[in-house]
Amino acid sequence: MEGLIHQIISGIATGGIYASVALALVMIYQATHHINFAQGEMATFSTYITLTFINMGMPYWVAFLLAVVVSFIIGLAIERILIRPMTNAPILSAVGVFVGLLLIINSISGWFFDYTIKQFPSPFPDKSLWGGFISGHQLGSTGVTLAVLIAVYLFFRHTSLGLAMRAAALNPVSSRLVGVRVGWMLALGWGLAAAIGSVAGCMVAPVVFLDPNMMSGILLYAFAGALLGGIDSPLGAVLGGFAVGIIENLGGAYIVGTELKLTLALVIIVSVLTVKPSGLMGRTVLSRV
Amino acid sequence: MPALLEAKGLHAAYGETKVLHGIDFVVEEGGVTALLGANGAGKTTTLRAICGMVRTQGELTLGGESILGMATEDVVRRGVAHVPDGRGTFMELTVEENMRLGAYVRKDREVEADFERLFGYFPRLKERFRQQAGTLSGGEQQMLAITRALLLRPRLLLLDEPSFGLAPLIVKEIFNIMRRIRDEERVSILLVEQNASIALAFAEDAYLLETGRIVVSGKAADISKDESIRRSYLGY
Repeated sequence: MEGLIHQIISGIATGGIYASVALALVMIYQATHHINFAQGEMATFSTYITLTFINMGMPYWVAFLLAVVVSFIIGLAIERILIRPMTNAPILSAVGVFVGLLLIINSISGWFFDYTIKQFPSPFPDKSLWGGFISGHQLGSTGVTLAVLIAVYLFFRHTSLGLAMRAAALNPVSSRLVGVRVGWMLALGWGLAAAIGSVAGCMVAPVVFLDPNMMSGILLYAFAGALLGGIDSPLGAVLGGFAVGIIENLGGAYIVGTELKLTLALVIIVSVLTVKPSGLMGRTVLSRV
Repeated sequence: MPALLEAKGLHAAYGETKVLHGIDFVVEEGGVTALLGANGAGKTTTLRAICGMVRTQGELTLGGESILGMATEDVVRRGVAHVPDGRGTFMELTVEENMRLGAYVRKDREVEADFERLFGYFPRLKERFRQQAGTLSGGEQQMLAITRALLLRPRLLLLDEPSFGLAPLIVKEIFNIMRRIRDEERVSILLVEQNASIALAFAEDAYLLETGRIVVSGKAADISKDESIRRSYLGY
């Protein structure tokens, strides 16, 4: 029983990371109707930026926040320079750009920061809490990811800019007619997604260690979470991310073993796509013929 | 009084397909101007041309300033509110969020007061304030679209077929409210309609479009009295 609780708690901790990345994926999907395959590599690159700042002697949280800002700007720039010209391109060209972006960022990470696996510091105390059920880092990182998710929720629900960003993604034509600068809203969405990825990268790096491929598995879990919850539902994606985290941990511990954990993500992806393609909370798009 | 909006030799095209072939028209300050014509005459395209949603050539000025080729967002920010064909409802958002978006570019703090004032015209929107806009009926969505446009506090209101797809009683109700809006709000209106009789009764000036050219222009009252125009172009 204790083992089960322990697995669920660490499932929630990793689930928070998947939920953040899933949210970033959904944000870009809603605006562009494409999956940003490079989301994981962007987060890895942001984590390297944080590490560089820390190695320059900055305190952890300063480095962390500065990297979030830098990531936001990089995300914004990627949209303006690479994605915007693809607005009316056929779907395969867009997919090509996303895959290319993945490879480019991955190689840049390796070229700048080399391919060796690096340790990444955790800002949280290294001790077990609550009778060994949860580590300091698990509790802290869950808190940080929850804070980010709540902040993003409040931003989209209760600010006029957040409303404009949602409107721009849902109905660009009508948005322009009320004066929303749709192009900039999409760019802001990319910036925000990159910033969220940066947080996720920094929170997961102390656990899985930092190397240029750090996020590739995580992106798969996040994608499974986003699909499970519904690729067009931000709330669904977040809940899906947490669910996948728990399923992954329980499945790894009791059913398939740690080696096959990643397969669970693929099983979830395939099952959702065959049984309920719109996900648990997604919209089913009906069209009259 | 000077013209608020003036078009001279206005051309518009979708890609290679030319839709407007050099039309001239004016919208007077404080007046209602109707743009009539059959399907495909170029009425909707004219409104889109004003808002920079299609490729245009010619002259187009708003209050003396050229707005030809300007981005839609910038035309809107100069006080042009457009109720598009199909009403442009943000279906997934609530009525409240749709209304907030209408006031998106405003910086003043009177938006809430405007909500209340506009509920005076459309009390049903107040009842549906927290509902998802996609659940509204067609008439209610038209009311929401007009409210969203008025929340910009526009100088010029472009209305694209407010009667489209609505039951005659609802159309009557909406035009009755539009009369109050015309009299009480300081806004000039350019109305596009297929329903010529209702539009001519509402407007002061009217233009008749046929395949991208203006064939008749004049006072709405004169046009509605002219039997030959009515027979040959308006079909009633």
